[in-house]
Amino acid sequence: MNYGRMRFVTGFLAIPVALYVIYVIAPYAQAFYIAFTDWRGVSASPRFVGTENFRRLAGDGIFWEAVGHNLLLLILMPLLTLVIALFFAFLLNAGGRGGTGGIWGSKFYRVVFFFPQVLAIAVVAVLFQQVFRPDRSGMLNAPLIALGLEPVGFLSDTDIAFWSILGVLVWQAVGFYVVLFSAGIASIPRDMFEAAAIDGAGGAQLFFRITLPLLWDTIQVGWVYLGIAALDVFAVVWVMTAEQGGPDHSTTVMAAEIYRNAFQYFKFGYASAMGVVLFFFTIGFAALALRLSRRERIEF
Amino acid sequence: MAEAAISRSRAHVREERRKRLGPLSILTHLALLIWTVLVAVPIVWTFLASVKSEDEIFGNAWSLPASLRFDNWARAWEQAHIGQYMVNSVIVVAFSTFGTMLFGSMAAYVLARYRFRGNRAIYLLFVSGLAFPVYLALTPLFFVVQNMGTIPLIGQFIGLNTRGGLILVYIAYSLPFTVFFLAAFFRTLPGAVAEAAFVDGASHARVFFQIMLPMAKPGIVSVTIFNVLGQWNQYQLPLVLLTSDREKWVLTQGIADISTAAGYDADWSALFAALSMAILPMLIVYTLFQSQIQKGLTAGALK
Repeated sequence: MNYGRMRFVTGFLAIPVALYVIYVIAPYAQAFYIAFTDWRGVSASPRFVGTENFRRLAGDGIFWEAVGHNLLLLILMPLLTLVIALFFAFLLNAGGRGGTGGIWGSKFYRVVFFFPQVLAIAVVAVLFQQVFRPDRSGMLNAPLIALGLEPVGFLSDTDIAFWSILGVLVWQAVGFYVVLFSAGIASIPRDMFEAAAIDGAGGAQLFFRITLPLLWDTIQVGWVYLGIAALDVFAVVWVMTAEQGGPDHSTTVMAAEIYRNAFQYFKFGYASAMGVVLFFFTIGFAALALRLSRRERIEF
Repeated sequence: MAEAAISRSRAHVREERRKRLGPLSILTHLALLIWTVLVAVPIVWTFLASVKSEDEIFGNAWSLPASLRFDNWARAWEQAHIGQYMVNSVIVVAFSTFGTMLFGSMAAYVLARYRFRGNRAIYLLFVSGLAFPVYLALTPLFFVVQNMGTIPLIGQFIGLNTRGGLILVYIAYSLPFTVFFLAAFFRTLPGAVAEAAFVDGASHARVFFQIMLPMAKPGIVSVTIFNVLGQWNQYQLPLVLLTSDREKWVLTQGIADISTAAGYDADWSALFAALSMAILPMLIVYTLFQSQIQKGLTAGALK
């Protein structure tokens, strides 16, 4: 019996663990080593150069621009997404006709809001590239031109392009969190809202005193998810923007610089060093987010 | 008596609140409608542009098509190879999701319900993958897959520019979430049925496939949906692993390529048709299964 049990455990774990070690663990481990070499691909074998890559990285203006954009996204994307999603989730669920069904039509709104989430980010990027076109063929600029106004360079103006990226990211993410928060609000006992309403609480008070504190756990999870997503932004920038991170590096992000250095310049060592920096940003953010948002959990 | 009074007063409060929210509810719907429009209009606009002529697209973005030109769709399907890319995506995702669920549920089950030395370490090894940014692994991964291609006999099926290689990579990178989620699910299942089966002489493997796996169906469905969508929408990994062989490109690569490679002589109406072809199946599948899909995708965050 015991013999068969061990054989079963080993048999079931062998393939998944092998796949995972070969394709996930080994590459991550190698990346840390490659980051300390000057490897440039197939021709030469990697030569150990110590912290040379990191020292060069410290003076790489483009990379720090990318880091800056990631950090700005790290703050703004979760903030905007969560605020908008909370607002809509509250509207959908409060003021219900009793029960937990939410307001009239809330199911319809949830279905529509969630839809961008099932689209590939690469497809969304191509779609918005068309929406943002600078001439009469652009969905947003056509009405402006028709009114006799100057067309806006959503993707060609270095001061605006970054905000267009942010807009697209928020556009896609909001629906997911509306659904998530709606589920959270629906699980809050109605008595709480009613008791507060009896005591004379208004809509805003209901939101800030009941909905928000009781949703805190879910919001915290959303914050971590969105923050990590903000550090991993790639497809929108790579597919949608001019010069893949442009114009003039105004939209570039860490992931795009890593991909560019590795697979267009073949600077594998240098790109891996960037990857290591990204890794520490991700781990640092996750630790910080869990630390800051730790609060007493409210059971209900 | 007192209870009746309370329930009456509750009904009263509810009534009161509804009245108070009366004019507000118009504003509520107005706000919700604004976001509905923001979501729907770009997509509907794309569908419309997909049946316009080139002149109509460039003349005015908001013009309605004079006639429905479905030849745009035919050109996108044939000349822009969207049909081919879609078939490739279906093949890759079918195999990779099946593999992910098979190997993921096997590992999760053993880790959740068997005690042995190293259990915790293997579990943590899988779960730690949730926190790593994939961009750190991209370069070495490229060479790992390249090296796999040099293995005699099977190498030609799992190297760079092969579907097999991409499928194995998809499976490996989907394991952390799948194992994390399903292990939690397997832990909650009661053990009585399995024990009865063991008493009757069933093997470990048989208990897993015939008893535990069917019992875990709700969890399996959620994670399957999560993986199908995640792998179908993947762009970064095929970009690195299927670079040179256009024949094997997946849909996201194909769509992105039409727009990035397109110069002034590009076939813009075919681009819109290609976009519509990528969006429409998702819209239909989503409408049919929307509640399961919403559950599947939010399941991870609610755990």
